Amino acid sequence: MIEFKLPSLGADMDEGTLLTWHVKPGDTLKRGQVVAVVDTSKAAVDVDIWHEGVLHELLVHPGEKVPVGTVLARLLEPGEVAATAVDAPAIAAHASRRAVSPSARRRAKELGVNVESVKGSGAQGAVTLADIEAAAHATTATPDRQTEMRKAIAAAMSRSKREIPHYYLAETIPMANALDWLQQHNKDRPITERLLPAVLLLKAVALALQRTPELNGFFREGQFMPSAAVHTGVAISLRGGGLVAPALHDVDNKPLPLLMQELADLVKRARAGSLRSSEMSDPTLTVTNLGDQGVESVFGVIYPPQVALVGFGSLTTRPWVVDGKVRAQPLLCASLAADHRASDGHRGALFLAELRDVLQRPESLDATATQASVQ
Amino acid sequence: MKTDRETLQKDVLQLLSAIAPELETDAMKPDQPLRHWVDLDSMDWLNFLVSLHEHYGVIIPESNYAKLVTLNDVVNYLQKKRI
Repeated sequence: MIEFKLPSLGADMDEGTLLTWHVKPGDTLKRGQVVAVVDTSKAAVDVDIWHEGVLHELLVHPGEKVPVGTVLARLLEPGEVAATAVDAPAIAAHASRRAVSPSARRRAKELGVNVESVKGSGAQGAVTLADIEAAAHATTATPDRQTEMRKAIAAAMSRSKREIPHYYLAETIPMANALDWLQQHNKDRPITERLLPAVLLLKAVALALQRTPELNGFFREGQFMPSAAVHTGVAISLRGGGLVAPALHDVDNKPLPLLMQELADLVKRARAGSLRSSEMSDPTLTVTNLGDQGVESVFGVIYPPQVALVGFGSLTTRPWVVDGKVRAQPLLCASLAADHRASDGHRGALFLAELRDVLQRPESLDATATQASVQ
Repeated sequence: MKTDRETLQKDVLQLLSAIAPELETDAMKPDQPLRHWVDLDSMDWLNFLVSLHEHYGVIIPESNYAKLVTLNDVVNYLQKKRI
């Protein structure tokens, strides 16, 4: 039997409200399938499942607020039969026998509420009209998102500053090579296929991490746990205020056009409030880019349990010495906020130096993906 | 037939509203830098240009991005493209 628990969708989440189930007992579930929608303080998130199996029972009903880690449902593993021979048919039989008043059943149909997932408050657990109305209300209720989000960010950032001994480094990176390469790349492409500088930066960060893996992972239970995969959290400001930092997955192994496509999709869904739980729960490092707002540099607050945050300021043209001569060059300030429990300044400096070097060889950002796909 | 300037400006603002739903179009000043005024990051800006491309069929080379700063600039650009 597999227990499907409410995942933590970030350090700022302690609990969530189940809004709706997309599945019912007896359904065969696949890895990556969206099974429920859970309301967090930041957004309604599609919760995907990372087990395969047959849904045995739902344990939490729409409208219920439960802590992270609560078992939401139980699944039978592939090939597993229920504990007793009559268990499986019992679910179906129970479902079909479930007491639902005719008016409640009619109203559920009108409102699109799945009666099987509603907790009954009537005699012997019968589902009443009021239960259906309450379940429908729970799925459409819009809490004061701004207040809740502010509280969540306050909690996560306070925890970060309380627990993580940050150190900060910065490096000015000449961007002429990268921007020239980008200009050539975009020149003959339709607007829908052009890349933004942000994509080059995300890929460069992922590649630079290969040299300093102690910046990529989590600090849990008193020790650093490195991550083999690079899932880059992208800080996305929401138009009404607040921010989220969902993950772009396996950034080091993806070609730039695919990353651009995924970034555009991620930003769009973040602002529409339709992120997936896997995107919220597994960033291994966060990148924030405040260059569009015109600031020269940003020194961020690490998002626990991650151990590093990379910040980019604006691209500005300034005097820079090249081959002994002062020239006007596009420059970018890259910063690193890192957890001193997991790494030292020397390693952080190596990371920024590697990041600078990778961005001087922009063609390598594309080449890596090709090599990876050939292997 | 070319679209008159007022209609064009209204349509452009409507496309912009899809990117920035909180935008109060009546308060827009046509000579203000759009990205700063509407708080558009580079992804928002690209999406806005893509929506101009998809709505009007206009091809906007990357080298022309710098010409598009204010609402007036965008409308002028579209008019030059005979929209």
